[in-house]
Amino acid sequence: MIELEDLCGVSNPHNDGKVIDACSLFGMMNLEGKRFSSRDPVRAISNMHERGNGLGGGFAVYGLYPGYKDEYALHVMYLSKEAKRKTDQLLNENFEIIHDEEVPTREANVWDPPLVWRYFVQPARTRLKAQKPDDYVIEKVMSINTETGKAFVFSSGKNMGVFKGVGFPEDIAEYFCLEEYEGYMWICHGRFPTNTPGWWGGAHPFNILDWTVVHNGELSSYGINRRYLEMYGYECTMQTDTEVLAYSFDLLMRRQGLPIEIVSRIIAPPFWDDIDALQPKKAELLRAIRQTYGSLLMNGPFSIIVAHHGEMIGLTDRIKLRPLIAGIRDNFLYISSEESAIHLVSPVLERAWNLSAGEPVVGRLVSQRVLEVPTVGVR
Amino acid sequence: MKIKSYLSSEYIVERDQDRCIRCKVCVNQCTYETHYYDAEDDAVYSRDENCTNCQRCVVFCPTHAITVAKNPNAYRENVNWTYEAITAVKMQAETGGVILTGMGCDKPYLTYWDRLLLNASQVTNPSIDPLREPMEIRTYLGAKPDKLELEMVGEDIVLETMLAPQLSVETPILFSALSYGAISLNVHESLARAATEFGTLFNTGEGGLDPRLYKYGDHAIVQVASGRFGVHPDYLDIGAAIEIKIGQGAKPGIGGHLPGEKVSEDIARTRMIPIGTDALSPAPQHDIYSIEDLRQLIYALKEATDYTKPISVKIAAVHNSAAIASGMVRAGADIIALDGVRGATGAAPKVIRDNVGIPIELAIASVDQRLREEGIRNKASIIAAGGIKSSAEVVKAIALGADAVYIATAALVAMGCTVCQKCHIGKCPWGIATTDPWISKRVNPDIASKRLMNLLRTWSLEIKEMMGGMGINAVESLRGNRLHLRGVGLTDSELRILGVRMAGD
Repeated sequence: MIELEDLCGVSNPHNDGKVIDACSLFGMMNLEGKRFSSRDPVRAISNMHERGNGLGGGFAVYGLYPGYKDEYALHVMYLSKEAKRKTDQLLNENFEIIHDEEVPTREANVWDPPLVWRYFVQPARTRLKAQKPDDYVIEKVMSINTETGKAFVFSSGKNMGVFKGVGFPEDIAEYFCLEEYEGYMWICHGRFPTNTPGWWGGAHPFNILDWTVVHNGELSSYGINRRYLEMYGYECTMQTDTEVLAYSFDLLMRRQGLPIEIVSRIIAPPFWDDIDALQPKKAELLRAIRQTYGSLLMNGPFSIIVAHHGEMIGLTDRIKLRPLIAGIRDNFLYISSEESAIHLVSPVLERAWNLSAGEPVVGRLVSQRVLEVPTVGVR
Repeated sequence: MKIKSYLSSEYIVERDQDRCIRCKVCVNQCTYETHYYDAEDDAVYSRDENCTNCQRCVVFCPTHAITVAKNPNAYRENVNWTYEAITAVKMQAETGGVILTGMGCDKPYLTYWDRLLLNASQVTNPSIDPLREPMEIRTYLGAKPDKLELEMVGEDIVLETMLAPQLSVETPILFSALSYGAISLNVHESLARAATEFGTLFNTGEGGLDPRLYKYGDHAIVQVASGRFGVHPDYLDIGAAIEIKIGQGAKPGIGGHLPGEKVSEDIARTRMIPIGTDALSPAPQHDIYSIEDLRQLIYALKEATDYTKPISVKIAAVHNSAAIASGMVRAGADIIALDGVRGATGAAPKVIRDNVGIPIELAIASVDQRLREEGIRNKASIIAAGGIKSSAEVVKAIALGADAVYIATAALVAMGCTVCQKCHIGKCPWGIATTDPWISKRVNPDIASKRLMNLLRTWSLEIKEMMGGMGINAVESLRGNRLHLRGVGLTDSELRILGVRMAGD
């Protein structure tokens, strides 16, 4: 059995500095917030079977638990009964548990599944004190993941949930009976790790609160991205590229409140020559972004889909060393590693386009803001 | 009473008399009067004892008749009582003086650059060809904020945060401090022109800046040192940045002494001292006896220049550099210049040069790490100096945590210097470490600046090649990225301090 005390040892047992993987990504969002089944997302990600190697697949579903939409939905993996006992105790002390149950599963072609349980919880009022509920939940999630051993919270948002494990994505979907669920946004991942064994927690998506990241690539800048985030209190215990992406989004969007238009320019900035050619005000802004956040430039190949409630973002590195394609039909936005996967589920599209390097595509619920391509763009 | 010297000559000059055409180029080129022409014999001979092995005569002899070799005549072999040890004692016994020397420490303390290897991409991510794709090494030096404040104005995002002044350099290589007086106007001009043309910076050193070079002020870091030579409002205004010099890698804890013979009319005017007087730089800055005093000087200079330029503080890398650097950042320094034990000088006591300070590699690593632990790394840039002699060392310095490097010895070598370590004599046959108008003409700024430009160009290309190999196309992704370094032949403690893993791990 895998020990969880040292997450880095689990996620990256060879201590390679970072996990290296290549992958397939697929995201599908109904911009009106209408929920739909797993049918299309699972077909689409399965269509890119060759991009994975069966060592990881997963899904994040938004709008998943309308019956518990105000509770934090914690999905927890257990590798022993003892771990569950300890975690239950910790949860009982710190949260009000509205409902909990085992996540339903069925026989499927997956490798060595752990026990997966879900809890719908509210922070215990007596414990919360001055802390924001979100920060409180993050703190408890981190403490379960690092202290209890053999228990791992891999999903902690409201009205959303992550399902993931070791297997091809279609097998994971079957194992977790995903055909039973509906959501207005599905983020899917198939994985081809090069240095990770079958560890269910290491599969994508990565999630904290309602933020989810799926990622294809390898960050050559990982070493400095990580050291920069450490200055702001993030401990990159799992030694994966994806972790630094997730924490960067947390720091920049949640803590510093920067819009995605700016965050995409931090992570995949334009070249100095292009910046120099802009009108002075724009140039000054982009220059300041690179000067201030240079250590968060994600250098090297990546394509990512980042999601949180109401928003799905696709982005590639600044010279687009990994593929990412977007498509629109009716009220659906699709983002995919391969165009074929989009066409499979939507043979007719109003528009399909290859994302430009470093240019985000942002899908927002119509109730919030319409779909837009940011205006700060320079390329 | 003159004491008979027991010292033997270190080098012998061999002349192939069959090749020698008695052109007397060597006689004219050697400023130490090593060569002389004997009219009676119609032959050129040499006084071996004067030779410093600077190779000037060898290079300029049109018939390649001259060879300078180490004198094979040696004391009895002894691991402890080496030629150097015996000679030093004899010199001290004969002169009663401190032994002076030039350039940087030449002792075989471990050079960590040689124990660090770089990474490259294979399969899982692509390497990038800098000749065909953008590869960015532009660097901005100065304090950076923790975060940016933005505001939406209509459709536009507008920057609210005003950044501290930044220095922009097109390559992370700057010319380190070389003071006017230690070197000639021609050398200063060569450095200034190369820095200006390439888009980087030169450092005036502590002897002020001749007004004839003010036109290169945008590319000058003007230094303020303990002697305050040449410091006046125009000088502060003309520079792109100001550097407070606390210490120097070649002589930590020691001041400077420019002998009166080198203080010519131009130098006297620039340094604002009488012609022919010794220019003495005290060991400490006498208004800085503690960290709060440093803060006062930093802010005095910021006030004097209206907060328009970054203030750098240069220290020698010593045992507790990390703590000192942290204090400097908190005192308001926008740039920290660290000068390691191999940093060079125009003149220093040999015992100090060879025994005081720490290697720059360890200083970069510990300072960068400390500033990160304290969450203030973005408040100042780090410029590393001290014997950096190749583009690979620049890349390694940046990966360890430096923003940029200073080079001086390498720049002088590009202009002709052969590191013979006799700068303190002031008669450099290459025309560099001298203010003698006849000798300093040997440096032609048209040619020397071209040589410097070529050096910057080559190193920059090589840096881009190494970055591209790693799959990195912006230097900010290399900075502090120690995962691209691996150590060989290092102890666990060394690896820990460098923050680097063992090769193969």
